[in-house]
Amino acid sequence: MSTTITIRNLTKRFGTVVAVNNINLSIEPGAFLTLLGPSGCGKTTLLRCLAGLEDPDGGEIYIGEKLVFAYDQGISLPPGQRELGLVFQNYALWPHMTVRQNMAFALEIQKLPKDEIAQRIEESLAEVQMAGYAERYPREMSGGQQQRIALARMLAYRPKVFLMDEPLSNLDARLRMDMRAELKHLHHVAGATTVYVTHDQVEALTMSSQIAVMKEGVLQQLDTPGHVYHYPANLFVADFIGNPKVNLLKGMASDHALDLGQFQIEMDTTGAPRDVVVAVRPEDVTISTQPAPGAVEFTAYSVLPSGADSTIVAQRGEVEVTVKVMGISTINLDDKIWLTFDPKSLNLYDEQSGNLVVSRK
Amino acid sequence: MAFPVAAPQFDSMRLLASVRRFARWLTSTHVLLSLIMLVVMFYMVIIPVYRMVETTLTWQPHDLTREPGAKVGAFTLFHYARMLTGTFGKLYLYTPLAHSMTIAIGATLLALVIGGSLAWLVVRTDMPGRKLINQLAVIPYIMPSWTLAQAWLVFFKGRLSGGTPGVLEWLTGQSPPAWLSYGPVPIIICSALHYYTFFFLFVSAALMSIDSNLEEAGELAGASRWRILRKITLPLVLPAILSGFIMTFSKVLGTFGGPNILGTPVRYYVVATMIRGSMGVGDKADAFVLAIVLVLFSMTIIRLNQRLVGTRKSYETIGGRGFVAQVNKLGAMKRPMMIGAIVFQIMVIVVPLGLLIWSTLMLKDGNYSLSNLSLQHWIGPRNTIYNHGEPGVLLNPKIWKTAWNSIRLSLWTAFFTALLGIILGYAIVKGRGTRLSKWVEQLAFVPYIVPGIAFGAVYIAMFIKPLGPIPALYGTFALLVVVSVAKHIPYSSRSGVSAMMQVGRELEEAGQIAGASTWRRFRRLIFPLTSSGFVAGFLLTFITTMRELSLIILLVTPQTQVLASQTMFYTENGDGQMANAVILILIALVAIGHFIISRFRGGSLKKGLGM
Repeated sequence: MSTTITIRNLTKRFGTVVAVNNINLSIEPGAFLTLLGPSGCGKTTLLRCLAGLEDPDGGEIYIGEKLVFAYDQGISLPPGQRELGLVFQNYALWPHMTVRQNMAFALEIQKLPKDEIAQRIEESLAEVQMAGYAERYPREMSGGQQQRIALARMLAYRPKVFLMDEPLSNLDARLRMDMRAELKHLHHVAGATTVYVTHDQVEALTMSSQIAVMKEGVLQQLDTPGHVYHYPANLFVADFIGNPKVNLLKGMASDHALDLGQFQIEMDTTGAPRDVVVAVRPEDVTISTQPAPGAVEFTAYSVLPSGADSTIVAQRGEVEVTVKVMGISTINLDDKIWLTFDPKSLNLYDEQSGNLVVSRK
Repeated sequence: MAFPVAAPQFDSMRLLASVRRFARWLTSTHVLLSLIMLVVMFYMVIIPVYRMVETTLTWQPHDLTREPGAKVGAFTLFHYARMLTGTFGKLYLYTPLAHSMTIAIGATLLALVIGGSLAWLVVRTDMPGRKLINQLAVIPYIMPSWTLAQAWLVFFKGRLSGGTPGVLEWLTGQSPPAWLSYGPVPIIICSALHYYTFFFLFVSAALMSIDSNLEEAGELAGASRWRILRKITLPLVLPAILSGFIMTFSKVLGTFGGPNILGTPVRYYVVATMIRGSMGVGDKADAFVLAIVLVLFSMTIIRLNQRLVGTRKSYETIGGRGFVAQVNKLGAMKRPMMIGAIVFQIMVIVVPLGLLIWSTLMLKDGNYSLSNLSLQHWIGPRNTIYNHGEPGVLLNPKIWKTAWNSIRLSLWTAFFTALLGIILGYAIVKGRGTRLSKWVEQLAFVPYIVPGIAFGAVYIAMFIKPLGPIPALYGTFALLVVVSVAKHIPYSSRSGVSAMMQVGRELEEAGQIAGASTWRRFRRLIFPLTSSGFVAGFLLTFITTMRELSLIILLVTPQTQVLASQTMFYTENGDGQMANAVILILIALVAIGHFIISRFRGGSLKKGLGM
């Protein structure tokens, strides 16, 4: 039932703004691909091009073997013929129809027999745990319930591809966590190829099998969540992924050492230019209240415990480093602390191009 | 992982791709509807205006009596020279134009003061009875604009202005001075008392949406109440006042009823009555010159006004809601204010209606004794002594037919206008940001600047002969519907846009994803979701068409007579009491229609005005 999606050289302009710039993507059958990026990066536009709601200005889109869009041939199938489902950011449930009517709408267009329509509605509602809500109107339900109905409406007509445009962004934090787990499970059960748009990197990391990071219409990196997290292709991705944010320190590379101004780290910098930016994840820095060999002395500028872990902002001169430790930290503000940087956990970026030049081991 | 772009092998393939893309663009719903709307409006608006201009610039058959050598249809500036210069210009154009301007400016300012202060009292004070005032304030708008003029005459006419005595003369024995019976003063007052509703609706909507924090901030800064009103509140409602100003001004400028009743008998002519006069003696071209001048004038005023307030200051005040408006405590003024407001409402609603009713119950006009009371004008048999031998209105088959025409016209017009409104709203909102959408929106605005009487005049020139696929419509009922729909396009597009704005675009897109055809999306999604907008547009159009006079006075024939024009013909015939009876029937029908339509969801005048 699942299918591949192939996007070639896709470009979409709005006036002089290039919202999607020459994007190439191959999505495996059954994949959960997340389009991730800040607002205005073109991720929603790309999704809408895929759905057929926007007419791109160049490129091709295949869904499975079917050519659904080709600029050079002037082909563009209307959304209804692309066999895909879309969950909108604000759900787009028709307010003048009950849940049943909302769900039956597409099925009636497909001219399914009445009993099958009824059966599919029951099944889909059960899948999102909303059985018994068929006669409600959208405004008679909470945001979370409307969200589930929007999902059920899509599930009911069994599209080959699921498209989701920030479906969780209107929910409160708690509900969002629950729905993430449910969505992932639903995807697992249905097995449909899914393209998911979000600006929330945690959502992307937790749910996807592949993440496509976008910036200003350009694809920055396409990789598994693990790789995107550990080996960001450039400074933008490194900075965008991870919470708390990655530490980015300017430095100068020599043969076997890295000069960060306030201190030095010994490491193999083969392949790096002179001016580099060092990226180190907060959890990869070890912290100690005692001096240790190779450790650098810092001052605790701020300590932010949050239960399971604590974030410590350390300062040494103009250098500021964020460190994440497990549990509730006992360090006090202005305490002297010693940080150890593991050379194996560092990514080096060319300061000029911003690209990854030396990756962690 | 860049794929090579598959280069088209043949030019023919590239051409085919362009053709397909163009076809897709052309058949996308909003583009198609925009184009259809442009064609419709081209026929209904552009061609008439073009015909009007063309007529003024060519010799007309009628001119042969003045210039026997002229070649009919050849280019000439004769009509402009005739109407714009010399004694003729003064008599036919400049003096009436000065009168029109006097009335328009006077009535607009007076309406602003009345409507603005009523709105402030209702929205921003603790005056008792605010709800009642709020409801009553819309009623004058429901009555025909010249109702007050008719009632005015019943009260203020007298010997000095050459006629039967009015109520005032009967009460005091003194004839009121001529300037109070006829002329600019009564015209201004009667027009203002009709059109203040615009200001009331616009300003109260604006006041309701102003966050009173803005005013409280002023208060905290130590400003006096008057200063806050002047420096904070007024600038914030300025765009609303401007909307009311433009609307009222262009309406009064083109209005025919009031000036014809209160001006024409004392030779106080305005451009609107002049146009009818020229039209009446067959000088179509002359009438059109006057109409063009009127259009140019109202265009200038609208431009000037927009320049004056400027786009920078046009804050969005209308549309927001949910603010808790701060209430101004009136204190000791509470009761006097309320009594004042209620007395005012009685004066403009109850008294005029009472006067009209009374006048229709008098057998002989001007005799106010009880023995003169009679139902002759309502249910009396045919009698040559009264009303040129016409039976009472309720027994008069002509009136029944006329009333049916009015209802028919209003329902058809309201239906087409509301439908057109939704389609226009769809085309404009879906295409937001495209040039096509902008054209549709701007073209839809054109009928707004053409005053009613001029618009009607234009339609005479058009449709005399078949025009493209449209048959000759002159003298038909359909023509009345067409002209009424055309004149309402600005209002319908406005309310249609605001109705469409309420419908998120993803609601329709969800239908597209589900595979619904355009027609299905309209039937199942767009129409149901905009139904309240449709009802609002329907209601507004029904009411305004029912009592529209300026627009159709030149177009009606004995066969297509409607109540509004019938009252005017009775008045001109000297059968003022019959006229008053017909007005009362008209008001009753409007009230019944209003009552029925407002039972449906969305049936509110405010919504119909796009607020």
